[in-house]
Amino acid sequence: MTLSIWIIPGLILLILLTATYKRVPTYERFVEGGKEGIELAISLLPFLIGMMVSIAVFRASGAMEAIITIFEPVTALIGMPKELLPLAFIRPLSGTAALGMTSELIKTYGPDSFIGNLASTMQGSTDTTFYVITVYFGAVGIKKMGDALKVGLLADLVGIIASIIIVTIVFG
Amino acid sequence: MVNIIWAMLAVIGIIFAAFNGTMKEVNEAIFATIDDAVMITLTMMGVLIFWLGLMRIAESAGLLQGLTNLFRPVVKKVFPEIPADHPALGYILSNMTANMFGLGNAATPMGLKAMKEMKELDSSGKASRSMITFLAINTSSITLIPTTVIAIRMKYGSVDPTAIIGTTIAATIFSTAAALIIDRYFHWKRTRVRRS
Repeated sequence: MTLSIWIIPGLILLILLTATYKRVPTYERFVEGGKEGIELAISLLPFLIGMMVSIAVFRASGAMEAIITIFEPVTALIGMPKELLPLAFIRPLSGTAALGMTSELIKTYGPDSFIGNLASTMQGSTDTTFYVITVYFGAVGIKKMGDALKVGLLADLVGIIASIIIVTIVFG
Repeated sequence: MVNIIWAMLAVIGIIFAAFNGTMKEVNEAIFATIDDAVMITLTMMGVLIFWLGLMRIAESAGLLQGLTNLFRPVVKKVFPEIPADHPALGYILSNMTANMFGLGNAATPMGLKAMKEMKELDSSGKASRSMITFLAINTSSITLIPTTVIAIRMKYGSVDPTAIIGTTIAATIFSTAAALIIDRYFHWKRTRVRRS
């Protein structure tokens, strides 16, 4: 998709032109906001090391291969490579675990492979349902969540199937 | 839940390796992965600094606010139970725009404020219709620029790290649309049961 290479430069252009026109001190604001990025990245490190090591042990031992092979007939049914099953399962549960798993998949199969592109799309296109629901309902003290979890998980499933179809069309 | 999954992955892996004769691979994997995680964080830090810096400019220039106003009429339709001038709508909109641009840190406080406002509107102590809709949108989260994924692709030498922006936007539109439709369906089911 050649359109993709225009999105980020286009956004930068739009932001800088508008900001300059409105006399925003662009460079100062940039540095100010960028500092937040340092904290954010550092705070992610323990999550990433923890999750990635655990997943790497599971994969290197051969246990992951043994388990996902059992589910191969199911994943083949919806056209999903069996390697992505653990990611699809963990995506709604933990964002950092999914991020660790996505890194593992991209590293093992290459970022531009079909699996790499599909893992990237799956990781980027939904959020961690359990986390969002726990944090938001927890903060306002609501215990009866109604249909929220059902709706979130069903939407995740649609997102995964949509990712498979779209990535197959674009990169397949 | 996550605690158990995390511990079990490693425990099952090590026990499996003991029988499978892959303990050497497990050993290598542990230390290679620690190294990888640090390197990914460094790449990610660069991308995050750049992106959050740019977003701060966009915020100061009123671009995020402009986007918020653009979406207001649509969001009003999605939340029919919230009065047009209620502050909850404003928080919902800010939360959505922040999420769209990968500003999770800015999105969460806005989302929490939106939840508090919605609780004021419905004091039943149960999740209201608006809350369920809001969470449905949030869990499927409309993403425009998946910054962390782009960083990981860069780290592993992708020839085109941003190639997945298009597919991500397309997938996110599908899952958000599905979330809204499923939410409406469950709402319809709830009210139907109540009437009969």
